[in-house]
Amino acid sequence: MKAKIRKLVTFIEETRREMDRDVNPPVRRAAAVAVIANPFSGRFVEDLSDLIDIGEELGGLLSERAVTALGIPGERVESYGKAAAVGENGELEHAAAILHPKLGAPFRKTLGKGAALIPSSKKRGGPGVPIDIPLGHKDAAFVRSHFDGMEVRVNDAPRADEIVVAVAVTDGGRPFPRIGGLSKDQIKGEDGLR
Amino acid sequence: MAELVIRKTLISIEEIFHEGGPAGPHPLKRGIALAVIRNPFAGRYVEEIQGFMEDLKPLGLRMATDLIKALGRNPEAIEGYGKGAIVGAGGEIEHGALWHVPGGYAMREALGGAKAIVPSTKKVGGPGTRLDVPVTHINASYVRSHFDAVEVGLADAPRADEMVLALVMTTGPRIHARVGGLKASEIKGEDGLR
Repeated sequence: MKAKIRKLVTFIEETRREMDRDVNPPVRRAAAVAVIANPFSGRFVEDLSDLIDIGEELGGLLSERAVTALGIPGERVESYGKAAAVGENGELEHAAAILHPKLGAPFRKTLGKGAALIPSSKKRGGPGVPIDIPLGHKDAAFVRSHFDGMEVRVNDAPRADEIVVAVAVTDGGRPFPRIGGLSKDQIKGEDGLR
Repeated sequence: MAELVIRKTLISIEEIFHEGGPAGPHPLKRGIALAVIRNPFAGRYVEEIQGFMEDLKPLGLRMATDLIKALGRNPEAIEGYGKGAIVGAGGEIEHGALWHVPGGYAMREALGGAKAIVPSTKKVGGPGTRLDVPVTHINASYVRSHFDAVEVGLADAPRADEMVLALVMTTGPRIHARVGGLKASEIKGEDGLR
């Protein structure tokens, strides 16, 4: 593996009630997070291909761990997202190199499909910085009930020369969606949008 | 008896491979189980609260069992533990103290009779409050390599009328423990201390 992993963390969140009403079935969301060394920390490097390869490795590793933690087959995952936080000696472009070119293909392979864009966020920050992973439906980005976000953080990361990389998967949308828009039973599934 | 109402649960597992030093044969695992429950005493002073400890026992056992499962299903692999509570702003610190008995009892029972006192901490706070839960060896509090702490918290809890209850377990010493003191291999195991 090209990625030098210091730590792997998984989170499994289960929401059973909201505003004193039962959420039935409960909504489960899982995130898998890796804390890795940033090979380009502290200097400007033009060619970021090593980080692009690391993104590919982590797309497989983290999506498998997140789906395992969620406890359902990949095909039944409803929404997904990804995010990265770069330590203070790195640049946002390092996060972009991990997230955008190659992370998606192995992530989608774990899920069977995933026609929609994988929503993403990135930032630079110190240890413990909260990372808000945006979430969207994996087959149709416009499904309004599944627009959501999941916060994760690792209290001792990223150190200055590290990057925190996170992916999240869910078995449902927000607890009581009621603001209209496209619903999941209306998905056509042709273009990843609707 | 007060009603036990769970809004949300979170399980998170950290696997630590190294912290700048040589990676050992197995990563250290540190796991947390959190439950966000309604505080039945929020918003007013209630003199008699002790009965709620009994109501919390089944929850404690379930959290301990789920946590062992998430850490690899083997109770014998668990070497450190701790517990804590975050009370929402509508409650008092004394409500957090209700977790001492059911939280500790649950872990001892699930681990087959651990001998050491379960270290703990608690506070009153708003949503997103972080709590550093202390961790010590399950059979001998003075084992220096196992003194540790795990930060816990949830972005949206506790609301004013809620409490976050926490259990923490670890599978070994700090990742590069090397400050001497009593070793796990030297435990006499008579008094829970040494």
